[in-house]
Amino acid sequence: MTNNLATPPKPGYEPGLTRRRRWKLLLAKQETVPWRFESTSARLDSKFFTGLTGFATVLILAILAVILGNILVNGWPGISWRFLTAGTEKDMFDVDKAGILPMIFGTAARVILMTIFVIPIGVITAVYLTEYAHATSIFTRVIRGAVNNLAGVPSIVFGLFGLGFFINFIGRNMDKFLRPGAAEPLWGQPAILWASLTLAVMTLPVVIVATEEALRAIPLGLREASLALGATKLETIVKIVVPQAMPGILTGGILAVSRAAGEVAPILFTGAAYFMASLPKSLTDQFMDLGYHIFILSTQSPNVEKTRPILFATVLALILLTLTLNIVAIFVRARMRRRMRALH
Amino acid sequence: MTPTHANRTLGWTGIKRGHKARTLEWLAEKFIFVVSLSAIVMVFLIFLFVAREALPVALGRMSSVKAVKAIPPEEIGRLSQAELMEYLDLTPAQFKAMPQEALKDLMAVKVEAAAEAPKDKDAALNTTTWSAMLKPYQWSGYDKPEYIWQPVSQIQKYNLVPLFIGSLKATLVALLFGVPLALGAAIYVSQLASPKTKEWLKPAIELLAGIPSVVLGFFGLIVLASFFQSITGSDSRLNAFVAGIALGLAVIPVVFSIAEDALTSVPRAYTQGALALGASKWNAAWKIVLPAAIPGVFAAVVLGFGRAIGETMVVLMASGNASIVSWNLFDSTRTMTATIAAELAETVFGGHHYRILFLIGALLFLVTFLSNLLADVVIHRLKNRLEGKPA
Amino acid sequence: MSDTSFAQIKFKTVVPAPPPDDSTRNTALLETEKLSLFYGHVRALKEISLNIRERMITAFIGPSGCGKSTLIRCFNRMNDLIDGVRIEGKVRIGSQDIHARDVDVIELRRRVGMVFQKSNPFPKSIYENIAYALRLQGVKAKSELDEIVERSLRGAALWAEVKDRLHESALALSGGQQQRVCIARAIAIEPEIILMDEPASALDPVATAKVEDLILELKEEFTIVIVTHNMQQAARISDYTAFFYLGELVEYDTTNRIFTNPAKKQTEDYVTGRFG
Repeated sequence: MTNNLATPPKPGYEPGLTRRRRWKLLLAKQETVPWRFESTSARLDSKFFTGLTGFATVLILAILAVILGNILVNGWPGISWRFLTAGTEKDMFDVDKAGILPMIFGTAARVILMTIFVIPIGVITAVYLTEYAHATSIFTRVIRGAVNNLAGVPSIVFGLFGLGFFINFIGRNMDKFLRPGAAEPLWGQPAILWASLTLAVMTLPVVIVATEEALRAIPLGLREASLALGATKLETIVKIVVPQAMPGILTGGILAVSRAAGEVAPILFTGAAYFMASLPKSLTDQFMDLGYHIFILSTQSPNVEKTRPILFATVLALILLTLTLNIVAIFVRARMRRRMRALH
Repeated sequence: MTPTHANRTLGWTGIKRGHKARTLEWLAEKFIFVVSLSAIVMVFLIFLFVAREALPVALGRMSSVKAVKAIPPEEIGRLSQAELMEYLDLTPAQFKAMPQEALKDLMAVKVEAAAEAPKDKDAALNTTTWSAMLKPYQWSGYDKPEYIWQPVSQIQKYNLVPLFIGSLKATLVALLFGVPLALGAAIYVSQLASPKTKEWLKPAIELLAGIPSVVLGFFGLIVLASFFQSITGSDSRLNAFVAGIALGLAVIPVVFSIAEDALTSVPRAYTQGALALGASKWNAAWKIVLPAAIPGVFAAVVLGFGRAIGETMVVLMASGNASIVSWNLFDSTRTMTATIAAELAETVFGGHHYRILFLIGALLFLVTFLSNLLADVVIHRLKNRLEGKPA
Repeated sequence: MSDTSFAQIKFKTVVPAPPPDDSTRNTALLETEKLSLFYGHVRALKEISLNIRERMITAFIGPSGCGKSTLIRCFNRMNDLIDGVRIEGKVRIGSQDIHARDVDVIELRRRVGMVFQKSNPFPKSIYENIAYALRLQGVKAKSELDEIVERSLRGAALWAEVKDRLHESALALSGGQQQRVCIARAIAIEPEIILMDEPASALDPVATAKVEDLILELKEEFTIVIVTHNMQQAARISDYTAFFYLGELVEYDTTNRIFTNPAKKQTEDYVTGRFG
């Protein structure tokens, strides 16, 4: 359809105008036809679908609000300083005496132990993938594929892995070599060490991805400048690149911690205990855990009504922990992105 | 064509060290490389050690036949050492530690057990073979062939089909509920919302990812189930539907993040070109951006599926855990993951039940591994096709 | 914020004075002999032979994509960082072949400094930016570092502007100031040759004038090679000019002669603006 711009459009021509109305206008002998810039049907279409997707968004937010609100409302009365610092000595189902200190301690301990393992390995792997690996080499693709796969493995399979590898293979062999002839296994049984290692394997992809994001955001010019001044590649990485990527590494660590604090399936067979008389003192002890406690209270409580307050309070404690960590990570990441933009 | 500086800045990879490394640096590089292999090693180890425990069952070498022909103690001389070990189910160390008398006692126990063993034909069935695990069987006392998972009974029944169906039911509900919501939200947040709204909206939705699965399971068990019961008045409070909804809440963040990333990384030039031609924001999003982001969106759904089928705590708490074969979404159901979680603690190390649970774990790993592979391949191919390169 | 208004910039005339006939200064420091560079199979530089005179400013001019930047990156072996690059021919600095097997490239890069087109100060304080390379060389004493930092910043004509904010981030400075920080950083380790890859192309005219003045001052101590796509800039500040076209060295002579009486027609066409 050619459009000769030298001549104005024919009177009666207007996008979106139906034939009938066009005839009516012509019949009314109007010389000039008003311009209209939008056809009504498109606008309705747009509004409907925008509304639909907006509704989906609002629905998700509403569900989130309901969950958090419900837990907050039902759990807040149960939270008190006593609750957070008492142990469950005799009766964890007793509303007046129950406390969650051992669970908080157990969760914190296994998560801290996990970061000691996962952050160095994750950062080094990310450095390799960004700074040393060839983009097209098959090795690089296999490593990346492996990281993606690790991220997708079901959490219960990690539990099985912890049991089959760390406890039954490494633990038992450690017992065989370090304590031959001993009747009771020491390393070859569920322990906080094995649970932490299992969680470290599980959260490795999180740290790697976050660190890589930070490393890639650093402009190439910085590395070139350092090299042109006579620094070696390793010096450049250690002194310029990694320090600049610290916020990203921090984000990865916080996200890993948040994820691991909430996971129950991997620790079911690798170290979580229903009840421990004392806090875990050595690497081979078992531990109590917030998430596991919630599970037990929900499914095996003798009197559901009585333990409801404790249950909700424990859930609130766990949610506060993970959500606070997530929010902190989001802030750190946003700040890092802003600072990176100043570099470009 | 002379490579310009722009080509050079396409990524750090491709830039070599550029100098001969001194010893310390060379060592450091080798160390970094070795540590990076850990990811591959881990995936390999996971599969190896889970499969290792499951191997005897997978190869059909285990037997749960109850009606074993008992050999009387007097005939102990008839069997060789190896045969005796196998008959009595002893390890070499235990075998050596036992005197002859003890061995005879064990055999006497076996004879008694044989006498007590159920006499019906079911006892002669090896329930750990693949056919027993996958095909229906006519058990005595039932009127037609059934798929039954009942490991804790006199004759252990290890059919996996109820578990498969349970997992599929819950996953189906989760995807039907979660994927449309997540995709709709992703389209809205990345294309239709104003930048100011986006700033708080995106983190708010991703906050859903910060809720641990055990809390979602708790929510399903305590809140959703009661709500469901009050609405429908049905008996089974915990069923595939309730678990599926709670599972959907776990799937939404995964699908949302990846889909939103895919939609946002479509170059803005496309959107602006469409808008300049007079398209509405929705039109541009639906006709231009979404098709361009299809690889990422597809990957998001596949990964959501992987997450749903591998999730444990939610289904363990909210699905009712009755292992029956039924396509009714409102029946209590049991998934593969919940089975492993619930039953592993009570198995004998090395026994049939133990190994079959590991087998289920290996199958789960295989399923998620394949779905991840699928997502990767599809992204790679579709992306190349969209950019006009050979697939 | 600058203290030089537009009207105060002195535009140098296009015809520069011939270089001084000082034999002690006019020796060749860097020589290339039939230097060719290949990216894979593509030949980017075709048998370049020239020599850079000591403590003179040599400018490389030519249309974009003709290999000027590639050539100066050969001088400090920054091209080694790119996969698939192959070099034929020789580059000699002070009669030492820099591609010889026993050459320590790190040391080479210390003695042949580089300033990039897009200023890239490290996200550290101004002080730290300059101290970074010094620390690499082993200078640890704070007094020494302070002294060298001040000396470099004075040498880069930046001291007066930043002496009160040495410990603030270098990224907070304006574009022109950032580029001068990069120059200060480069001269802090006292290289013998400074390579500049279009140092002022990303700067506004006022900042450009300052950088050009700075380069003229630096000539007293350093040998400078500057790549520029701005012919007038080359005419303003350089002593010798080399004209490149599609990877080949077309003509190399004193700036005076290149701009007033070039030997080749191609040079004359480019210099008078008939193409490029």
